[in-house]
Amino acid sequence: MSSGLYQIRDKDLDTTLDLTRLKPYGDTMNDGKVQLSFTLPIKDDDKGAAAAVLMAQKMGLADPNVALRQKLDEAFTFYVVYGSLTHSINYNEIVVQTVADEAMDMHETDEFLKERLGRKLVVVGASTGTDAHTVGIDAIMNRKGFAGHYGLERYEMVEAYNLGSQVPNEEFLRKAAEVHADVLLVSQTVTQKDVHIQNLTELIELAEAEGVREKYIFCCGGARVTHALAKELGYDAGFGAGTYADDVATFCAKELVRRLDK
Amino acid sequence: MLESKLNLDFKLVEEARAHASRVADDTQRFIDGCTTVAVERTICRLLGIDGVDASDVPLPNVVVEHLMDKGALPQGAAFWIGNAMVETGKTPQEIAEAVAKDELELTALPTHSEDEIHAALDPIVQDSLAKIRTRRKRREDFIASHGGEKQGPWIYLIVATGNIYEDVVQATAAARQGADVIAVIRTTGQSLLDYVPYGATTEGFGGTYATQENFRLMREAMDKVGEELGRYIRVCNYCSGLCMPEIAAMGAFEGLDVMLNDALYGILFRDINMQRTLIDQSFSRAINAYAGVVINTGEDNYLTTADAVEEAHTVLASQFLNEAFALRAGLPEEQMGLGHAFEIDPDVENGFLYELAQAEMAREIFPNAPLKYMPPTKFMTGNIFRGHVQDALFNMVTILTNQKIHLLGMMTEAIHTPFLSDRFLAIQNAQYIFRTMHDLGSEIVFKEGGIMQNRAADVLHKATDLLGQIEQLGIFETLERGIFADIKRPRDGGKGLDGVVNKAAGYFNPFLEPMMKGGAGK
Repeated sequence: MSSGLYQIRDKDLDTTLDLTRLKPYGDTMNDGKVQLSFTLPIKDDDKGAAAAVLMAQKMGLADPNVALRQKLDEAFTFYVVYGSLTHSINYNEIVVQTVADEAMDMHETDEFLKERLGRKLVVVGASTGTDAHTVGIDAIMNRKGFAGHYGLERYEMVEAYNLGSQVPNEEFLRKAAEVHADVLLVSQTVTQKDVHIQNLTELIELAEAEGVREKYIFCCGGARVTHALAKELGYDAGFGAGTYADDVATFCAKELVRRLDK
Repeated sequence: MLESKLNLDFKLVEEARAHASRVADDTQRFIDGCTTVAVERTICRLLGIDGVDASDVPLPNVVVEHLMDKGALPQGAAFWIGNAMVETGKTPQEIAEAVAKDELELTALPTHSEDEIHAALDPIVQDSLAKIRTRRKRREDFIASHGGEKQGPWIYLIVATGNIYEDVVQATAAARQGADVIAVIRTTGQSLLDYVPYGATTEGFGGTYATQENFRLMREAMDKVGEELGRYIRVCNYCSGLCMPEIAAMGAFEGLDVMLNDALYGILFRDINMQRTLIDQSFSRAINAYAGVVINTGEDNYLTTADAVEEAHTVLASQFLNEAFALRAGLPEEQMGLGHAFEIDPDVENGFLYELAQAEMAREIFPNAPLKYMPPTKFMTGNIFRGHVQDALFNMVTILTNQKIHLLGMMTEAIHTPFLSDRFLAIQNAQYIFRTMHDLGSEIVFKEGGIMQNRAADVLHKATDLLGQIEQLGIFETLERGIFADIKRPRDGGKGLDGVVNKAAGYFNPFLEPMMKGGAGK
């Protein structure tokens, strides 16, 4: 570069990717660009926009740009803000708990179960407690599956029982005993005020009280469930957003065989 | 009637309707022979019994459980309360309070003649009916004096904070932004309570308790903001679960305008016993008919468990059944918000054409019904940007096919209950599309023998065949076989069967006949 006159990029911006100082990416490495939107309970005027800028700066955004300010009601204003994040994180130091097994597809799992287990894997699933939503458990269990991933009911080597929604934990365990389940799948969709955590905890406590915690593989799932959360709550695995029947079936098949091999 | 854009075979439509009608007749014979604890509690409420006892049990429950314990429910609550009125000279409320304090045993009193009992009850029955008529007239007058009924879709929004006072703030903001109908989602699990909680509530999960006081607070707030805006804001709640008719009665007293009220939904999706729901829905719809309440049916829910392309005919078949059941409860077509939904997988090629065909078909088959159209939920992924586009496509179907009750889709569906801003963006999206495509529907015709006409013909054929099959099986066996929503329910399974009793000779429900005569104004 001969002269600063032709320098259109920020001179000080080091555009080499450094995973120890990771930043968001807009269109240039390390530009730190983020978009966010939020509502403030104030009227829509210049002072409100200044408040939005301050709010963004406090979040660690440099050069916040209020792209939109929109009155929602007399005392509520919506802002869309862009800015450059001043913070960075060390990506290399992050440790995440994940379900370790590489997902097999339906046929691979069926084959695996035929060879290693020699019988059908019995799975009981439900949306438990007060949760009325079946979308999660259906996505994993219904024959048709979800987003191109066949559900457990379609697996040749899986005997699947979908109990639907609002199943009390007591009834869930009773059904598991009745069908000699290997795996209990719990889906939780409603997460307001952390009702899902309460409910998931209660199931494990109940299983422990009845002395059947070790008898089954316990898995939970839902948009707000992570594997780490599941482990913390005493489950064997957790399946969150972006996981399908393949992931669940693989884990359960391999985990059961692991346990029997012990 | 408008010319059919889909070139529908209306002979087949008639055939489907005739099947549904015979299914409903067959079912009605069963319904007429039974009553339920919920129906009897509703009669108590309509007779003016309200409030709770020392342990927070609603007095209608106290009275009905008292009669159940004595094996006296088959005569009906009206008989026993009327008899106690003749004997004691007390009001139904005083009688209920005395029962709650164990000071009165209804079945131990001397029995009076039917004429005396009817004479004692009649002024209370007339009062109660007049109260509901007044609420209805109030709505009709407000609308008439504020420029009449809104043309085009009603924008329907949900609030669900769990706290009625917070709901009021959100609902007021939503009304100012353009909402026409405000629905207060119920707390998860309320459908399985065999009583209706009492008083204003501030705690709930995924929604707010339906209570009469909460109804009153929301109606009052929407009247206030409606005056300010110069238009009527409708309030919606849920006449479903184990307390269908009770909620209908409470809504009728408090001037609610729209009620979710499906003949089969509770059976399929809440595992409520089918006998219980079928009996309960009948009286709840009679009350809604009388109060001028628009009901919303729940066919949209089928598509959350069954596939929207393959199972579209079950939606249509259920619409025919819901229509037939509603007509038998005296509910006119103009109050039937038959439901369906925009739930085809976005990956399906020409999926939009199928959605449009289905919506147009419902419009042509049920021309007088204020159809309820539900937004995408199943394929909302958390990608809020694509979600906003899905909602835009959904909005287009509504304006092109003249859907009436338009539940706004939220881009943050599947993430959280809507933020204030989510609602604003959803309303802006809908208003933009309704404005820019206002008359597009009347400008376009569908290709003769094209994808859409063929799709509609196919769905109608399958629905008619299915209804023929249901007529053979009867409604009970149909539900046992899992024909709707892929969900199987046993006739004697599910919740609430212990609340079903056969009527004894001399049973009467003093409200059923006047209410079934239809609209209060008629």
